[in-house]
Amino acid sequence: MRYLALLALCLAPLVAMAQDWEDQRMFGAENADTTLRILSSTDTSFFAPIIDDFIAANPAVSVEYLVTGTADLNRIFRETPNDFDVVISSAMDLQLKLANDGFAARLFDVNHPDWAQWHDSLFAFTSEPAAIVVNRSALGDLPIPNTRQDLIQLMRDNPDRFQSKVGTYDVRQSGLGYLFATQDARASETFWRLTEVMGRINARLYCCSGQMIDDLISGDLIMAYNVLGSYAQVRAESSNELLVILPSEFPTTMMRTVLASRGATDPLVAEDFIRHLLTLQANGDPTHFPLPPLSPSEANEGQTTIALNPALMTYLDQMKRSAFIREWEDAIVQDE
Amino acid sequence: MTDDVNVSGSLRNRLALILTGGAAVLAAILFVVVRALATQVAQQGQDNILNASMSSILDTAIIRDGRVTLDFPYSSLSMLGTAADDRVFYAIYENGTLLSGYDKLQTPDTASPDQNQFTNAVFNGDPIRVATGARVLIGSDGPRTVSVSIAQTQDALSDSLSVISRNVALIGLGFFVLSSVLALWAASVTSGQLHRLTRSVTRRGPQDLSPVTKPVPSEMGPLVGSLNTFMSRLDHTLTQSEDFIAEAAHRIRTPLATVRSHAEATLQRVEHADNRAALQSMVRAIDESSRAAGQLLDHAMVTFRAENLETEDVNLVELLRELVQRMTPVADMKDITLTLKSEGPAILSGDAILLQNALRNLIDNALKYAPAETAVVIDVSTTPTVNISVLDGGPGFAPDEIATLSGRFVRGKDTGNKVGSGLGLTIAKEVTTAHGGTMSLHNRPEGGACVTLHF
Repeated sequence: MRYLALLALCLAPLVAMAQDWEDQRMFGAENADTTLRILSSTDTSFFAPIIDDFIAANPAVSVEYLVTGTADLNRIFRETPNDFDVVISSAMDLQLKLANDGFAARLFDVNHPDWAQWHDSLFAFTSEPAAIVVNRSALGDLPIPNTRQDLIQLMRDNPDRFQSKVGTYDVRQSGLGYLFATQDARASETFWRLTEVMGRINARLYCCSGQMIDDLISGDLIMAYNVLGSYAQVRAESSNELLVILPSEFPTTMMRTVLASRGATDPLVAEDFIRHLLTLQANGDPTHFPLPPLSPSEANEGQTTIALNPALMTYLDQMKRSAFIREWEDAIVQDE
Repeated sequence: MTDDVNVSGSLRNRLALILTGGAAVLAAILFVVVRALATQVAQQGQDNILNASMSSILDTAIIRDGRVTLDFPYSSLSMLGTAADDRVFYAIYENGTLLSGYDKLQTPDTASPDQNQFTNAVFNGDPIRVATGARVLIGSDGPRTVSVSIAQTQDALSDSLSVISRNVALIGLGFFVLSSVLALWAASVTSGQLHRLTRSVTRRGPQDLSPVTKPVPSEMGPLVGSLNTFMSRLDHTLTQSEDFIAEAAHRIRTPLATVRSHAEATLQRVEHADNRAALQSMVRAIDESSRAAGQLLDHAMVTFRAENLETEDVNLVELLRELVQRMTPVADMKDITLTLKSEGPAILSGDAILLQNALRNLIDNALKYAPAETAVVIDVSTTPTVNISVLDGGPGFAPDEIATLSGRFVRGKDTGNKVGSGLGLTIAKEVTTAHGGTMSLHNRPEGGACVTLHF
């Protein structure tokens, strides 16, 4: 037992070094003066054009792009805030709490809409709705669900057909999944009924949108709820099987946010990158900015964009979080 | 007039300075007070929101399954959203043990259920405002005190305070400028009253000693009253001294005439040569005294009248003709021919009595010092201005005395035994000066003295 503990101690730094990234890529010249370390929850494919554009404008900078899940990202950054220069995440609540807790540097005079930034330190740069994604052929002759109510009805009517064939976020693992779930729960009690129904048909739980879409394409899943619409849309373009549906009653819309670490090794480069990113977003050229740009909630009637507000921290409260997760587990985890 | 007044400062400037200074002080006080008030109100506003947020969290505290839980609503924190995106921190304690929130948040040691507390603290280097409240829940194992602290940075507060400060500063400045304009206006209006009084007094004639009757502000009443009293006293004194001069002339001249007539009568009766000589010198002394007294009184009269000059149009030729007529017998006694040369009437605006007195003194002097069988000529010319010259064929003035002869009681050195007081030329000069003219003395090239009055 003692040896084991000693071994664990010796290996601990190695484990930390060998962080298990979802993806890790270097951009730019290897002998660049400065390396910008970006910690992100966004798939590299979406950010590669943005980073290439930035490096073209700043040849002396190379970029290391590290991808992990939102909850992991939050934990890693809180532990070693000085190791990263820029943090990009879709979990708005976790990002806002990072800024609130003083992890973010303040950037002044950034030309950005007021509703899409918070405290001059957290900047939103996409508008991405949570969607219902369906595998057309797997769904067969069943009606296409347009609302959450349709979804509930469909699963209630065909419990055997959907047994273990519906996916959604595991809110315990995914920060974004937790954000979507809490915002849904805040907006309507439909969420809890939906969760219960999904629990009854033994829904499968995922850490990330990417895996859900993979399983949808492969036919392992017929439907998935609260998938990131932007990811699904890109995959739908190459696969006719996928159908992306925005729930017509209230599509919960998330804004991806970026912040500059206060402990950044080169704060000016971090600031430059964020300004560059926001300029690309404002230009809206899809070849350089493949993500869905910001759309003010007034422009899309009925769309509920989650606001950047201290209230985002409500469900991050330890007590509230454990209560919510307990309730969610009670609803969805039927036979564990 | 103001040259010999001891002037120290200006009433108007002093008034303007005091009012402007007062306005500046008031503006500064206004700024400080309004800013303090605004700070208090703004802080009160933040406290109210913090209090509402804190209460809404505290109200959700319940004991469930033997554990304290707080399922606070989304609005508890969303109501703390500000334009400046102030950061928000909170901490929830049960009997002093952190249940949830930020453990580094400084909270008051004693959270009392009766009184919500508001404190200032620092979190991560930023100043924050903390609202703390507590509630007692009764559980099966006894009372449990739940306390909630909610804190917010003060960016929005200081933003609005700086806006308020700027506005209040502008208001203060505007108030000061407006007050200063009013102060200058008030000062010049006030001193305008004094200027008006000064002008009305300055514009008066020399004889005008009547009281000031124009309405004056009550503050100037005592001053104008004193001025009026002073002027009436002066008027009274002047009248008195005029009377005194007339009285003195009468009292001295009459007894002297009596003494002289007695001395003359006695001289007729005594035969002893010594006694006669004594009596003769007595008569001479009486003559001298009588003349001196007359001239002294003349001089006093001249001085008085010259200071209170009353003018009328006087024909000098007419006046001189009368004088020549009256003095011709005296001239004849000394075999002197007295002639008046004139080109026509010479009109001068002046005091006839004074002018007559002055000219008589000049003619008197000429007759006195001119030797027998000479001529005394009075020459009047009117172009360009009136000039009167009295010329005689006497010995003339001693050149080194010309400058000093017109002084009081100054007589020439070789006047011999001529009777004189030394006031004749003084009187002539003072009268001339009072009429705005000059008197000059010189010797004629052909011999004899010449006195010229230029008007």
